[in-house]
Amino acid sequence: MKVLVSVKRVVDYNVKVRVKSDGTGVDVANVKMSMNPFDEIAVEEAVRLKEKGVVTEIIAVSCGVTQCQETLRTAMAIGADRAILVETAVELQPLAVAKLLKALIDKEQPGMVILGKQAIDDDCNQTGQMLAALADLPQGTFASKVEIVDGKALITREVDGGSETVSLTLPAVITTDLRLNEPRYVTLPNIMKAKKKPMETLTPEALGVDVTPRIKTLKVVEPAKRSAGIKVPDVATLVAKLKTEAKVI
Amino acid sequence: MTALVIAEHDNASIKGATFNTVTAALQCGGDVHVLVAGSNAGAAAAAAAQIAGVSKVLHADSDALAHGLAENMTAQIVAVAASYSHLVFPATAGGKNVAPRVAAKLDVGQVSDVTKVESADTFERPIYAGNAMATVQSLDAIKVITVRTTGFDPAAATGGSAVIEVLGAVAASAQVTYMGSEIAKNDRPELTAAKVIVAGGRALGSAEKFNDVLTPLADKLGAAIGASRAAVDAGYAANDLQVGQTGKIVAPQLYIAAGISGAIQHLAGMKDSKVIVAINKDPEAPIFSVADYGLEADLFIAVPELLAAL
Repeated sequence: MKVLVSVKRVVDYNVKVRVKSDGTGVDVANVKMSMNPFDEIAVEEAVRLKEKGVVTEIIAVSCGVTQCQETLRTAMAIGADRAILVETAVELQPLAVAKLLKALIDKEQPGMVILGKQAIDDDCNQTGQMLAALADLPQGTFASKVEIVDGKALITREVDGGSETVSLTLPAVITTDLRLNEPRYVTLPNIMKAKKKPMETLTPEALGVDVTPRIKTLKVVEPAKRSAGIKVPDVATLVAKLKTEAKVI
Repeated sequence: MTALVIAEHDNASIKGATFNTVTAALQCGGDVHVLVAGSNAGAAAAAAAQIAGVSKVLHADSDALAHGLAENMTAQIVAVAASYSHLVFPATAGGKNVAPRVAAKLDVGQVSDVTKVESADTFERPIYAGNAMATVQSLDAIKVITVRTTGFDPAAATGGSAVIEVLGAVAASAQVTYMGSEIAKNDRPELTAAKVIVAGGRALGSAEKFNDVLTPLADKLGAAIGASRAAVDAGYAANDLQVGQTGKIVAPQLYIAAGISGAIQHLAGMKDSKVIVAINKDPEAPIFSVADYGLEADLFIAVPELLAAL
């Protein structure tokens, strides 16, 4: 079975972002960029399924600027076999990315598409569900366990208060939650090997997809700051303050 | 202009997040209808009809809707979507699962995690784990939004008298089968609805100590128990207790953080709490920068002391 895994290039999770002073967005010039952590989990899961013999080929896909090539090389260093970059300088929103991935499903006919549940820059949590809708496929979102049993995907999903299990016919769309796996560290030999793996470049136009944004960002500001309160010397003072000052107990 | 709120419910009653979502929908400026899609959900539909501000309840009932599967819920919502200007979901695990599927079927964008309704088409939402707030305008005819419940007060559960209209239920998708669920049973208030939350971090050191130290305090305060991602990753607490950008977003009256350093991703999940108490050994812990009351102390001594003093 062929698997498509989508990866997004985002500001590294360790970077504290700064809002631009003109309110147009977040300053991403000269900051470290990395693969979205949830997407790393998606690639890792695909590689584990390949190691189990369930999956035969892993295709990593990224949509965006030229530099997404680096993210795709990382995906191939983890274990993806080849990569597709859908290159565009246009700001891509989840619906547009879902349409691009749908076009690639038609082209590549994968048995499964695995995506991170959410990107840590726009925090949308939409692309996987949208892709499943456009391709008319079942969806297993927020997966904490993925098994392929009798030609079906058995997905354990994180839900409020616990977990639930659904059985999906294949092909299916799966999005990863944090606890699905712990991605491996990429080794130097694998980074070298990844440089030789094939990478194809396409464009939204070539795929016949309109990627015009549907949502316009009017302004971006710093969140309201919460000011620090006071330090209390002991538990007795704390209890007194909570009772008489804050009146919450 | 009419907004449709997709209710979260357990077939017998309406879940808390729905009330906050109704408030957000009312702020969009038009009438508000509520869809209760479930199985034997007559009681939930009747309860929805009592919510203040709701003028109509759509009730769809079928086995296919019993577990809120996204494939079936989407078909049910899309069937009525053309009559609405807004489709409004709570940003819960259920809402997040279904809303984007609906949006894509309608070929419209979605605005996730709305914290403020500025106008019928303009919304505020957090990005970068709450480190920036974006004001965005939806350019589509139907606005699909998910609502962060802590950003809106709950609508009154009574006072309304909406009409209930029964919908024909859609057919079940053959692509998906619900196999079962494991929902942790406890008598504590739900994390996102709790008035008081006692949360622990990696400093607790083990699952046993996490329980031994925090449970008596939570019992005494009638509080829900929360955890930092570090504590969850270390296996001290279950994943659904996680408070933070990748877990639950909470805003209780009182949040007690014990042994939590205060990583950005955790603060994003609890900084809207009314009163924050931090107990931490490390005077430099970032949690103190958002705490109303900081106690620099060993939690293994301070928490039992606190319990005794209450």
